[in-house]
Amino acid sequence: MARIGVYVCHCGTNIAGTVDVAAVRDFAAALPGVVVARDYQYMCSDPGQDLMRKDITQMGLDRVVVASCSPRMHEPTFRRALEGAGLNGYLLEMANIREHVSWVTAGVAAATRKAKALVAGAVRRVALHQPLEERYADVTPQALVVGGGIAGIEAALKIADGGFRVHLVEKEPSIGGQMAKLDKTFPTLDCSACILTPKMVAVAQHPNIVLHTYSEVERVDGFVGNFRVTIRHKARSVDMQKCTGCGTCWSKCPYTAPSEFDEGLGKRKLIYIPFPQAVPNKPVIDRERCVKFRSGKCGACQKLCPTGAIDFTQQDELVEESFGAIIVATGYSLLDPGRGPWGYGRYPNVLTALQLERMINASGPTGGHVQVQDGGTPRAVAILHCIGSRDQNYHEYCSNVCCMYSLKLAHLVKEKTGAEVYNFYIDIRAFGKAYEEFYNRVQNEGVYFIRGKGAEVGSRDGRLLVRCEDTLLGKYREVPVDMVVLSPAMEARPDASHLSQVFGIQRSADGFFLEAHAKLEPLKTATDGVFIAGACQGPKDIPYSVAQGAGAAAEVLRLLSAGRVTISPVVAQVAAEICSGCRACLPICPYNAVSYDEVTKVARVNEALCKGCGTCVAACPSGALSVSHFRTPQVLAQIEEVLAV
Amino acid sequence: MNQDFEPKILGFFCNWCSYAGADLAGVSRLKYPANLRIVRVMCSGRVEPTMVLKAFACGADGVLISGCHPGDCHYQQGNYKTLRRVPLLERTLAQFGIHPARFRLTWISANEGQKLVQVVTEMVEEIKKLGPFPGTRARFPELAPHLSGATVIPGGAIPAPGGATTTVGVPGATLVAGGETHD
Ligand SMILES: Cc1cc2nc3c(=O)[nH]c(=O)nc-3n(C[C@H](O)[C@H](O)[C@H](O)COP(=O)(O)OP(=O)(O)OC[C@H]3O[C@@H](n4cnc5c(N)ncnc54)[C@H](O)[C@@H]3O)c2cc1C
Ligand code: SF4
Ligand code: SF4
Repeated sequence: MARIGVYVCHCGTNIAGTVDVAAVRDFAAALPGVVVARDYQYMCSDPGQDLMRKDITQMGLDRVVVASCSPRMHEPTFRRALEGAGLNGYLLEMANIREHVSWVTAGVAAATRKAKALVAGAVRRVALHQPLEERYADVTPQALVVGGGIAGIEAALKIADGGFRVHLVEKEPSIGGQMAKLDKTFPTLDCSACILTPKMVAVAQHPNIVLHTYSEVERVDGFVGNFRVTIRHKARSVDMQKCTGCGTCWSKCPYTAPSEFDEGLGKRKLIYIPFPQAVPNKPVIDRERCVKFRSGKCGACQKLCPTGAIDFTQQDELVEESFGAIIVATGYSLLDPGRGPWGYGRYPNVLTALQLERMINASGPTGGHVQVQDGGTPRAVAILHCIGSRDQNYHEYCSNVCCMYSLKLAHLVKEKTGAEVYNFYIDIRAFGKAYEEFYNRVQNEGVYFIRGKGAEVGSRDGRLLVRCEDTLLGKYREVPVDMVVLSPAMEARPDASHLSQVFGIQRSADGFFLEAHAKLEPLKTATDGVFIAGACQGPKDIPYSVAQGAGAAAEVLRLLSAGRVTISPVVAQVAAEICSGCRACLPICPYNAVSYDEVTKVARVNEALCKGCGTCVAACPSGALSVSHFRTPQVLAQIEEVLAV
Repeated sequence: MNQDFEPKILGFFCNWCSYAGADLAGVSRLKYPANLRIVRVMCSGRVEPTMVLKAFACGADGVLISGCHPGDCHYQQGNYKTLRRVPLLERTLAQFGIHPARFRLTWISANEGQKLVQVVTEMVEEIKKLGPFPGTRARFPELAPHLSGATVIPGGAIPAPGGATTTVGVPGATLVAGGETHD
């Protein structure tokens, strides 16, 4: 007979406020196999764990049930406590009477009954637990960072400086992300390129960094410590070894297309580098538009290239690499304001904030002049905050950074043009260090603040008209201006759903990637060894993105320097004497962990590949398969008991 | 409808999405009926038909399997296996005379605490209308020994009457009599 100890946690009033813990304790004490049942204020505290350890040694307990919070929270804690008293950590079962009972149930009677049911299930189940030994696997001492924006760059540099090899995969022809497009950065107004470019160059030159630009991750197999990743190098049509970046091709290409980097305001050639400081400083051919690819004519770049680097026949290339850990830092997109009533796409002088960034930038499409379409200087400019943010029709969330960059843009426009600048806002959210001070400064510079959302943009007498409800005056207003700047919501990238499947990351309701724990594990994901950093997790400014990049790097360095990872001992086994050799389990396993042994004529599980999902077990018609810790008798016993109360 | 009747619903929840979703409902202090009792499995693909039958046999008035949304499975495709297995199970349940409203497969992700509340609330309402499930044990007392956890043999199968081993654990067609009426 098992000797079980049951510990019912109060969690302060979190549990004890709704569940009659004394009644649950007494109920547990009477269950078969239970030697001792106690209730205690905080089981996870040191004294709580001591209590348990003492009972284990003094009363000779061989199984423990803790009725407290979710096992997803404290299972590792209590496993360690058991081990501290010389008991195998897997001889523990938790009954989740907080997340699944006290916090979700109205009424003490109902909650107490449900708590008893869960405890009864746990007691029956723990009696069937078996000691399990954790396994270890070596870690491939190399990391993958996906996304070369500021978050990914920071992460890659930190890991590389820590002495490990890093592969950085960037979808676009150059790293840099959205920050590369910005002119100045709030609240200090330092030039964005001046602080970003040195980091980009450091990436290019770092002996520990392998850069894959114009590339995407196609496939991820394996698990923490040993991910096998397939990377697709999209055909650049330029031989990176031969190309010296001399620029002859892009200066001579006779055709142009709208520049993505300049947000459509300027033009680029069909063989191009996205911006002058691009890393790598080597071009790519826009195959969709290139005349050579469309009609076989032209080919000017190939004729003129001094090193013969142009290769129209280049194919996509697939590269396979192994990594111990992965950081995903794929950033954000901006909402397309053409969907709304703000005149975007209808009036040429309605711009997005990112377009204005490019316009203000000295190397941008207008050489740094803020100008309306006919080339004149605007006399009045409206900046509309919260376009698609804090808006039931688009995104409920606040995009965090738009208030601050709208203030920055107001300052820059005023400085460059002397125009009247109107900021239409709902609230100003200047939450960061030195942000409120910056807001005060911009107010003192004479920028107008109208508390009311820019509801609609129309036109009258050749000028633009911003309509709004001024909530401070309680009045409807129409403000005539020459230029309207929209601050669109930051949103999840359109391929976020695809990426979430490739990397096994979950997403929150807003579409951004979901962290493992909102407060305590902001960089981890549901998949061990896969981390997230930067604006792919939610709207963030540069300082926050950098901090996350560095934080994710620390997580990765921790894994890589440990050199080995523990692997869960929850794996499948075949009872050879029962297996009929039908092979029903073989195609079921997502990891090809089950094979058929031609000699013994039975199935065999490769424990190194098995992840313990148990899907094969449910498929075995002979009942020959089982999966440790979730063996059928364990689950059936739990079912029976959970329903008995 | 019996107003005092509080159905017992057994939930098989996968560790990665649905169990986490239920945790989130808790963290967010969303209230839902206390009728749901969750058994954690690593993957919805782990749930054997036997386990569902076992639950009905042991007094569940409803059974809910919940996993990650298709495409989001932590084990790549475990939930697809569940998806394919369930129609067969539903036919078996129908043969036992179990009303379809008593069994549900649903997808709840780690951030869908609200969806859990909605699913449970709906299920409880529907089952309250149906009334208690008589239970295989009550209706077929001769099967009781085979349905108790105590007789389960290692390896997980349940011996069926006559000594043959079957994962269903309850012989089929002859048990239809006395089932619930449903369309
Ligand atoms: C108009 C405007 C002004 C701003 N001004 C400021 C400011 O003054 N100060 C400030 O602190 N913040 C500012 N921000 C916010 C700033 O842009 C972000 O904080 C920052 O860019 C986030 O960095 P990131 O690396 O997380 O994402 P990103 O900059 O979006 O970088 C992500 C990178 O990942 C790449 N990528 C995406 N998908 C894939 C894939 N599947 N495979 C490989 N690579 C991929 C992208 O191409 C990109 O290079 C501003 C934002 C806007 C819109
Ligand atoms: S082939 Fe012609 S169109 Fe194409 S990139 Fe070269 S020069 Fe430009
Ligand atoms: S438990 Fe899952 S991973 Fe392991 S062998 Fe079975 S199906 Fe494959």
